[in-house]
Amino acid sequence: MSASDTGGGNARAAILGSVRKALGRGPLAGAAREALESGLNDPAPNLIPARAQLPHAAQVDLFVAMAEEVKASVARVGSDAGVPAVVADYLAQHNLPTDIVMAPDAALDAYPWAARPLLRLRRGKAEETDAVSITGALLGIAETGTLLLTSAAERPTTLNFLPATHIVVLRAEQIVGAYEEGWALLRRQGSPPGDGGFMPRTVNLITGPSRTADIEQRMQLGAHGPRQLHIVIVGGEEG
Amino acid sequence: MEPISHAFKDNARRGLADPNLQRALARLKTGFQERRTIAAARLPEFEALRSQAKEIKDRTLANLDFYLERFEAKVRETGGEVHWCQTPAEAREAILRICRAAQAKSVTKGKSMVAEEIALNPFLEANGIEPVETDLGEYIIQLADEYPSHIIVPALHKTAEQISELFLDRHRQYGNTQRLEEVRELVDEARRIIRPRYVAADVGITGANFLIAETGSTAIVTNEGNGDLTQILPKVHIVIATLEKVVPTLDDAATLMRLLARSATGQELSTYTTFSTGPRRADDLDGPESFHVVLLDNGRSKMLGSEFQDVLRCIKCGACMNHCPVYGAVGGHAYGWVYPGPLGAVLTPFLVGIEEAGHLPNASTFCGRCEAVCPVRIPLLKMMRYWREREFEAGLGAPALRRGLALWAWLAKRPALYRPLTALAIALLGALAPRRGALAHLPLATGWTRDRDLPAPEGGTFQARWRARQGRGARTAA
Repeated sequence: MSASDTGGGNARAAILGSVRKALGRGPLAGAAREALESGLNDPAPNLIPARAQLPHAAQVDLFVAMAEEVKASVARVGSDAGVPAVVADYLAQHNLPTDIVMAPDAALDAYPWAARPLLRLRRGKAEETDAVSITGALLGIAETGTLLLTSAAERPTTLNFLPATHIVVLRAEQIVGAYEEGWALLRRQGSPPGDGGFMPRTVNLITGPSRTADIEQRMQLGAHGPRQLHIVIVGGEEG
Repeated sequence: MEPISHAFKDNARRGLADPNLQRALARLKTGFQERRTIAAARLPEFEALRSQAKEIKDRTLANLDFYLERFEAKVRETGGEVHWCQTPAEAREAILRICRAAQAKSVTKGKSMVAEEIALNPFLEANGIEPVETDLGEYIIQLADEYPSHIIVPALHKTAEQISELFLDRHRQYGNTQRLEEVRELVDEARRIIRPRYVAADVGITGANFLIAETGSTAIVTNEGNGDLTQILPKVHIVIATLEKVVPTLDDAATLMRLLARSATGQELSTYTTFSTGPRRADDLDGPESFHVVLLDNGRSKMLGSEFQDVLRCIKCGACMNHCPVYGAVGGHAYGWVYPGPLGAVLTPFLVGIEEAGHLPNASTFCGRCEAVCPVRIPLLKMMRYWREREFEAGLGAPALRRGLALWAWLAKRPALYRPLTALAIALLGALAPRRGALAHLPLATGWTRDRDLPAPEGGTFQARWRARQGRGARTAA
């Protein structure tokens, strides 16, 4: 459906005309326009809070504290080899099924899942019947204990929302201070071939498990998305 | 919905007499107000971020045409479409066309105040398409056939008991016959019933907290995850947003994100902040196949350059209503339309007319708490005063009030008359209450004394005391 067959062509001109009339000028041109263009093509961060600019080890600790504050659970493990055991222990402790749907993400192949044959892994997107998912993350953001996840063929977004338990495995080195470091990384990664920009279809910032306070302002976990969010941090000093 | 703002006084009286509503409103103080105070205090940069957020929004509004065009270009480059709409009717038609093209029978909806503003649900229903609200609060009020009483907590006015009753009545069709007591059970039942609706829906409609000109992304903020399931499961994702939601860059959005949840609920960040850019990519395993942004003006371009431009900075956090003593007393429904509280007092007259909504800018004590907590420093009081002036100039308002104001204005412009008359008036009032210092009854002021005492003036007039004080000051300085 193009703008013309929705009648949007006229509306577009009318709205932009009305905006310009209110601003008392025509379309921006020349230096004024170039200044705005360069602001968009080479964006700069605004004020970044001090808590998002700590040394790395302190940033990891802050990430853990903030994530736990919003009721995510966090496990730290020293080596890649230890990851499947940590996942299996978590599922056993919470009496959760060991049928898992896992992102077909090469980053997760580093962990020796076969060492835990009781974990039955399917790789792909999530279905309604899936109870537990495992994904990676692009980054952990310390200032609010937030995970940044990006969609791609190997990282389906449904994994982040449909299953009642979402397990995220990331490395301590992937933890940064501020949201802006996420934007900078996405810009550096650039556009995949044929894509119109560096943003994937979906970028999820996830801070704890799903919740609602819509009834009497009383907070309940597990409104529509995951009831549990478990974060496994691999490596780093504490591990 | 048809506005019933003209009936503010009756609506407010009903609200004051509703014990369930009063219990719900009492929770605002210990809930949102305290939590916002704590969250703001925890971030030393909070005040500086507020100033920066105001500056970002002002800069964007001053170049709104540029950023909207750039946003549109980026949406297209990433495979989406933008539908420009001047009026609510155009927006409804655009959405219906997209739904028809997808042969949609049902649509899921994330919470969107703009969808309320254009009364989308009744329109879709009239056209044979079933809208399913997925935000728990919106779902509750859809079941109850009501409208939101708060912009971020739509069912704020309902008690768990009322919701339990409602679920028992409306969920019978799903075979649920048990009365649920706990909030936990109510949340779980709504989750169970709504879950299959996400999968069955042909189209998902969400609002937007931000539109990013840099990337053509739209961003939503939720705690439940409903906005995400709404957009990743159906074939079509429609975003409805008004013009002023655009911000230049992702960095600008990050600055606003740091203020939004802290101001709204006192959270450090809402659980889910999701940036959606175009439809699913060719090899993605999930996500919508098409992506549409319905970009609505509905008067925003006319607010630009007017006395009301600053309200376009609003990021819809709800802090102004959370902290408003009038909202806290009468509740959101008293305001009679989509936007309650101080925000509604400024926005509603613009969107539905001062003739309809004249009571709203008058329903304020001018205590200034709304301005004190507004994350983007909107001068709400100044704008309410503008509306009061417009209302007076347009010859609206109660005749007795207009006569009183006109008399006051006449007198205030004549100091030689004003000073002795006011001195006489306060001496008389003071003499009427020699010991108590307050008057329980006063002729011509029964509107005030019916519900509360009128404090009696003591001593001389303000002007007389000010002159005496200045005189003393001058002597001390000398």
